[in-house]
Amino acid sequence: MEIKREPLENPDFRARQLLARDMLRGELEGEALEKFVQESVLTTTVDKAVSWARGNSFFPLTFGLACCAIEMMTIVAARLDIARFGFEAFRASPRQADLLILSGRVSIKMAPVVRRIYDQMLEPKYAISMGACCSSMGVFNNYALVPSDKFMPIDVHVPGCPPRPEALAHGILRLREKVQKTEKDGWRVRYDAVGTEEVLTGTDTDSAHISVFKPGDTAGA
Amino acid sequence: MPDATGLELIAQELGEQMPESITGTSFQRGRAELQAAPATLHDVIAQLQDKGYTMVMSVHGCDYWPEEPRLGVIYELLDMERVDRITVKVRVTAEEPHVPTIIDLFAGADFDERETYDMFGVIFDGHPDLRRILMPEDYEGHPQRRDFPVGGEPVLFTYNEARSYGKDQ
Repeated sequence: MEIKREPLENPDFRARQLLARDMLRGELEGEALEKFVQESVLTTTVDKAVSWARGNSFFPLTFGLACCAIEMMTIVAARLDIARFGFEAFRASPRQADLLILSGRVSIKMAPVVRRIYDQMLEPKYAISMGACCSSMGVFNNYALVPSDKFMPIDVHVPGCPPRPEALAHGILRLREKVQKTEKDGWRVRYDAVGTEEVLTGTDTDSAHISVFKPGDTAGA
Repeated sequence: MPDATGLELIAQELGEQMPESITGTSFQRGRAELQAAPATLHDVIAQLQDKGYTMVMSVHGCDYWPEEPRLGVIYELLDMERVDRITVKVRVTAEEPHVPTIIDLFAGADFDERETYDMFGVIFDGHPDLRRILMPEDYEGHPQRRDFPVGGEPVLFTYNEARSYGKDQ
């Protein structure tokens, strides 16, 4: 019986396979060895390699605040499946997570809880403020709510009310870009931060400029 | 709902038992409402409970500023057998916002009274545990009063970020 061989899809592959075998046997020498090394070794820095891995494997925290959480759940479902990018492992404990997605409005009573959860997360950690409510308080701009920038550092704001799942996926991809390329940007400049640790240097006299309406102050009514 | 006549009969009966306990009635859009004096409110609710209104659906506040007396407390009572509802309303001033508690008659009014206290500052005399329920413990003021500012915080945008955060941005 005659055996029919399929033509090789990539003849170069077979050639490289044989070349690698020769190299391992120690049969490659001189210029051929030099060429082999040039073609097969990739040089980088440890920092770049680590941030590449870090940006491709966020573990978001299972933490829903309001209606935005419904959209947050959608991004792990079939249509937008962020497992494609390596972000699908929603962890149930802040100790295991490195991405906090604030999905909804944060009330004055909830803010210390959110801050505590953020503090419990291990370095390096990132935060996304999702939706109008926790970025600028949106339609609920009243006595009960507080914007997330006031009590924790936020890496990416995703606008919308609520943002579409595509928008959140885009926000996470922007965060990946930031982690892999320009990690020093954003709030880190403002807080003189190192990595994801915020450092408040000295007495911040300018913080008196943060204006908050006080009870009985009718100017904003 | 008691109809308009039934409401008048209830008001008349309560008025005979406790003079000056009922200050008025109103029957609008099929909703029967008794206006009661704060001093005798507890007895009025107790009488209505005996009449079969055995469930308090809601206790809530209202601010009628600039009318006087300013604050209102509204009790929605329900007769579950006849599916019959009646509203009892009392008005108190913002300076002396004292209303007797009905927690001994309806234990379920506990959280409702605490919320009314939290949002409007109405003090329920005799309530065993009158604390804030929704706002933080150290919050100042009662946010649902109409002279309370709408509040919120100035929204941060790129153009005012430097001003709000101060730093040399």
